[in-house]
Amino acid sequence: MSINLQALSAQLLVGLINGSFYALLSLGLAVIFGMLNIINFAHGAVYMMGAFAAYFLLNIAGIGYWPALILAPLAVGLFGMVMERTMLKWIANLDHLYGLLLTFGLALIIQGVFQNYFGSSGLPYAIPDALKGGMNLGFMFLPIYRGWVVIFSLVICIATWFLIERTRLGAYLRAATENPTLVRAFGINVPLMITLTYGLGVGLAALAGVLSAPINQVRPLMGADLIIVVFAVVVIGGMGSIMGSIITGFALGIIEGLTKYFYPEASNTVVFVLMVLVLLVKPSGLTGRAA
Amino acid sequence: MTETTMAAPAKTAATGNPVLTVENLEAWYGESHILHGINFNVKSGEVVTLLGRNGAGKTTTLKSIMGIIGKRTGSIKFEGNEIIKTSSDKIAKQGIAFCPEERGIFSSLDVRENLMLPPTIRPGGLSLDQIFELFPNLKERLNSQGTKLSGGEQQMLAIGRILRTGARFLMLDEPTEGLAPVIIQQIGHTIARLKSEGFTILLVEQNFRFAATVADRYYIVEHGKIIDGFANSELSANMDKLHTYLGV
Repeated sequence: MSINLQALSAQLLVGLINGSFYALLSLGLAVIFGMLNIINFAHGAVYMMGAFAAYFLLNIAGIGYWPALILAPLAVGLFGMVMERTMLKWIANLDHLYGLLLTFGLALIIQGVFQNYFGSSGLPYAIPDALKGGMNLGFMFLPIYRGWVVIFSLVICIATWFLIERTRLGAYLRAATENPTLVRAFGINVPLMITLTYGLGVGLAALAGVLSAPINQVRPLMGADLIIVVFAVVVIGGMGSIMGSIITGFALGIIEGLTKYFYPEASNTVVFVLMVLVLLVKPSGLTGRAA
Repeated sequence: MTETTMAAPAKTAATGNPVLTVENLEAWYGESHILHGINFNVKSGEVVTLLGRNGAGKTTTLKSIMGIIGKRTGSIKFEGNEIIKTSSDKIAKQGIAFCPEERGIFSSLDVRENLMLPPTIRPGGLSLDQIFELFPNLKERLNSQGTKLSGGEQQMLAIGRILRTGARFLMLDEPTEGLAPVIIQQIGHTIARLKSEGFTILLVEQNFRFAATVADRYYIVEHGKIIDGFANSELSANMDKLHTYLGV
């Protein structure tokens, strides 16, 4: 069959964009899981809150996209830290299942509250002026905002990887993931680190929410739809590894995009088919440690 | 260093005042009551060894002092401050450093990161060069994954990393367990050296022959209590009793 380069690259771009969101979200999930041993089902809800925070900042306070890129993750991250201190902290030593149920319940409540006030339809959020328009790359037309999302997500993912794998703070984090008791006995305030880690993971999700607002509109259930795919990505990549979740996120976005071009009927299921295959062959995921 | 100096380590006289005083310490792991009223003290500059059979409560005593046991009651005074209710990170900041029995080397950290992990809590810790002088092997392995080291090297790393922090009170839980004689000797030299530099050391040992080369005083732990105690100078007079206690 002949390949239509323009259509293929358009689908690849869509795949890359989705991959950016997958990577940012599964990265946050991996960071949270490593430190708190909690599978954060509220992740989709905080992603949505990030988008709404940007929307509120613009429509209530008149604060635009660029400050929102910092303020919204900070605000939602803070909300996450309050959640950790007031609720998640108390189930830290219990079975995974309790964390899963608690965060799932929280997600339903948060999404329910937003649906109550904003319905289910999308609210518009405009692309910032500086990123409007597009570029003709010869073989395809690239909307600048989409290119920005891909590059910015990649930068954030690599910065997070660097923070965790290459800095002293990251060494505390990795050590506390392995043996929190001993790290605390060295004089490090591990409970504070846990709270900050949850804030970081949630903040990354909120950042993805802000990035997504101009592309996907702002909807109470925007996270609920996305998070199902993200959990499949996490299962495929494995929970334990930071780089693994970044690479798997982008790779699966691209695979989805390619499937949309070559066999569109399977594009919504390809990630889940891959998940089943990976679970059959390597239940801990491609890069993960055994849970 | 020769065997004679090993057997009689440089005696820097302990300066008298207890730096650590434990009174009526009781501790629990979940429902099981492990310590039933531990009483002992450690004076500044001393090496004190807790001896006893497996499961007697020696490790639990160290963990209670470090604040990493679920529930504990009684009194633990360190440098005059009551720390029985203090969280373990704050206890560490007061100047107690702990080297656990399982060594606690982190597999996701390389040797350098493991070595640099415990934060400096006060000035006066050993420099990296001084640590490499004690344990030259570590210098060769700085970029290896922590758990790729041999058992002996892991023990050196576990001891080395707490010397950096400036803590002057060290708790070492069975530092010789499972190690080759030549490495045990190296660790013995290290303890003697640390003592001569004024560190106070609380040691838990099963290896009585090793303990005899470094300790100033002994306490015998049995069924979660201290049942006896004597100085190194009274060792020969107490040998028979000791054999009964330890069942060796």
